[in-house]
Amino acid sequence: MADHLLEVRNLSVDFHTAQGTVHAVRDVSWHLDRGETLAILGESGSGKSVSASAIMNLIDCPPGEIVSGELLFDGQDLLKMTDDQRRDLNGRRIAMIFQDPLSHLNPVYTVGFQIAEIMTAHGTPKDEARARALELMERVGIPNAADKIDSYPHEFSGGQRQRLMIAMALGMKPDILIADEPTTALDVTVQAQILDLLEELQAETQMGLLLITHDLGVVAEVADRVVVMNSGEIVETGTATQVYHNPTHPYTKQLIGAVPGTGEMAEPMDTAIKPILEINKMGKKYGAFTALQDASLTVLPGETVAIVGESGSGKSTLAKTLLRLEDATSGEALYQGRDLVTMDAAELFALRREIQMVFQDPTQSLNPRMSVYDIISEAFVIHPEILPKEKWTARVQELLEQVGLNASHMYRYPHQFSGGQRQRIAIARALALEPKLIVCDEAVSALDVSIQAQVITLLNRLQEELGLSYLFIAHDLPLVRDFAHRVVVMQGGRIVEQGPVAQIFDAPREIYTRNLLAASLHPDPEVQAARRAERLDLQEAV
Amino acid sequence: MTAFLQKRAFASLISLMGLVVLVFFLSRLTGDPTTLYLPVDASLESREQFRELHGLNDPILVQFGRYVGDLVQFDFGMSIRRSAPAIDVVLQAFVWTLQLALITMTLVTVAAIVIGSIAAFHIGGVFDRIATFFSLIGASAPDFWIAIISIVIFSVGLGWLPTSGTGTVWHWILPIAVLFIRPFGLILQVVRGSMVSTLSSAYVKTARAKGLRNKPIIFVHALRNAMLPVITVIGDQAAALLNGAVVVETIFGFPGVGKLMIDSILQRDFTVVLAAIMVTAVAIFVMNILIDILYAVLDPRIRY
Repeated sequence: MADHLLEVRNLSVDFHTAQGTVHAVRDVSWHLDRGETLAILGESGSGKSVSASAIMNLIDCPPGEIVSGELLFDGQDLLKMTDDQRRDLNGRRIAMIFQDPLSHLNPVYTVGFQIAEIMTAHGTPKDEARARALELMERVGIPNAADKIDSYPHEFSGGQRQRLMIAMALGMKPDILIADEPTTALDVTVQAQILDLLEELQAETQMGLLLITHDLGVVAEVADRVVVMNSGEIVETGTATQVYHNPTHPYTKQLIGAVPGTGEMAEPMDTAIKPILEINKMGKKYGAFTALQDASLTVLPGETVAIVGESGSGKSTLAKTLLRLEDATSGEALYQGRDLVTMDAAELFALRREIQMVFQDPTQSLNPRMSVYDIISEAFVIHPEILPKEKWTARVQELLEQVGLNASHMYRYPHQFSGGQRQRIAIARALALEPKLIVCDEAVSALDVSIQAQVITLLNRLQEELGLSYLFIAHDLPLVRDFAHRVVVMQGGRIVEQGPVAQIFDAPREIYTRNLLAASLHPDPEVQAARRAERLDLQEAV
Repeated sequence: MTAFLQKRAFASLISLMGLVVLVFFLSRLTGDPTTLYLPVDASLESREQFRELHGLNDPILVQFGRYVGDLVQFDFGMSIRRSAPAIDVVLQAFVWTLQLALITMTLVTVAAIVIGSIAAFHIGGVFDRIATFFSLIGASAPDFWIAIISIVIFSVGLGWLPTSGTGTVWHWILPIAVLFIRPFGLILQVVRGSMVSTLSSAYVKTARAKGLRNKPIIFVHALRNAMLPVITVIGDQAAALLNGAVVVETIFGFPGVGKLMIDSILQRDFTVVLAAIMVTAVAIFVMNILIDILYAVLDPRIRY
């Protein structure tokens, strides 16, 4: 009998690319036992998913190469098995679920077929597989499973899709379930439900759960032990509590230090100042569907107002109607006394300078065929009154330095920068027009925690230097807690609660806000355990 | 779906009407049929008589009005050359073309999908390189040249196959083989490209993690998703064949609609030209609607 259910010993994997060889993981060892939850924690590029991919035989060789190591499953080395033997283990004894279930489910087949397929592929008769698929759909909490079994993935919500992925993975009652960032794209309350479900199922089946994540909160919520990875190497191992309270490696300390939600909350601003933006009863309908209803809020000069809410709460619609990317169907939005909703095209054009936007994904919002200089100086092409042409270069350099980038890189293209740097470029582009208000739509959501912290620090500094106001749309509550002066909570197209940040976080009035706060994860396992109890109480109360 | 079909049928009808106008007037610009049908020394009276008989003396708008009036009753008029109803002449030829197009496109589709999928799965391998090499040659070779060369080799040189005409199964082989090459090359490239991207998709990764064998991964999970762009190109190529493979039909003396159209244009047999264009246009409209339906069948996210 083997010591451990699964043991990775001294695994090293290289990827041979046109730019040279990348050592994706180096000499990585860890193990997983039955009934245990192990988390592999790391940021993007840390190699946290590579060992799991190696276990599932999902690394394409070439360009990948497993240089050395052993993958012992029940004492047998997976790397010494034939492809057929490994295919037989995949899905039957080791199953895997992924981030972004929409793209990981085949869009053109019914979910019933896809769940049953994992069983038929391993020899279960068709009828039996379908009956079990239905059972599993019920088990993972799909309402009306019998009616939904022949529906397609796009007909389900994000959380339901992840439930379906879990149902699929459990088809053959595997010994090990590998979950690669299973809750990353989901709303906090849905994330909490999915993690609860995984824990329940684990208790039922005693499977080993390997959880790959970038989120210390997820680790605190479910992991027994954690392996911290950085640049392809394991820097720290231990129980979740040990690692959080007594980190030994500088990287772990830095990672824990970067986690938002533990700092000082901002004092509310003096409300006697005249607001820069005043939204009154703004609404937006798409046909019969009301996306936004009676939204009223104000933003003061130099203030950060955060809009939080889950997907479909109307927070992005609010931003789009405010910027006139979509036309509001009712209400008004007074910017320094002038109504943005009814403003004519010429006035709006002039005013666009003063309200700028930073989008979620800089990879998509920056034109890949324009150099950074072109991207930023385009502002002056559109609004030539800002700056004469001979001063453009100097101004672009100045802006790049202001956002903490090397000014000599201005003729490079977006793909030559990292995600965090690209978001800085997007901020520099917004600043080029010398705006007074910047709308940030999930501007740091796609970034790693430590990069996130840097961008937030930058935004704070710019606010102090330039007196900017921010309308900061986010789903990440701890981040908002550290950054915003005031918080607006939205649900189903309506504002349900708003107030100074301390009031919302320390004394929320609405049950929805309390649910949202209880569902957001804290990196300290002990604090998180208390929060979890609170969440479960709230659930019972409802 | 029904509303969509009605809308498409209505839009097709408008296009058809435009086509009638365009073709009717353009064909009149090619010259006076009497100079072609009557001997050079024909008397003015006999010319006048001929014009009178076929209604060519009326103002052109009157001729057009009469033509449209007949068309509404599905009367395409008589062929001047063949003294038979133009529609009968065209339908006879169209049946030949339809058979040729159907057989060719079926073979092309099956071959391109199977070979393209396997090439995409072994991307960069020997099979992929050979398939890509030949498909590129196929897609770029001019068909009149291949037609003539194949007659030289297989009919004249080896004497295995007849040079032209119809009658036996052997007569079909060369036209089909020549028509096969170009669409096969093109569609194979599209299948391969589309499959390369679906094979690297997230749901294929899921399928591998489920422990599926390569065959269901390629032909169940990747292929159906890869088919949408492929169907567009198949439709395009099939339309070209339905239009009549003019060059190939002429070289092989194949009595299809393409050859009929060329002959009728040269003979200024306007009624036949118009009927042929209308019939092929209707066929292409019908095929496009079928392709739209096929999209919705293949991808449940597409609903009209």
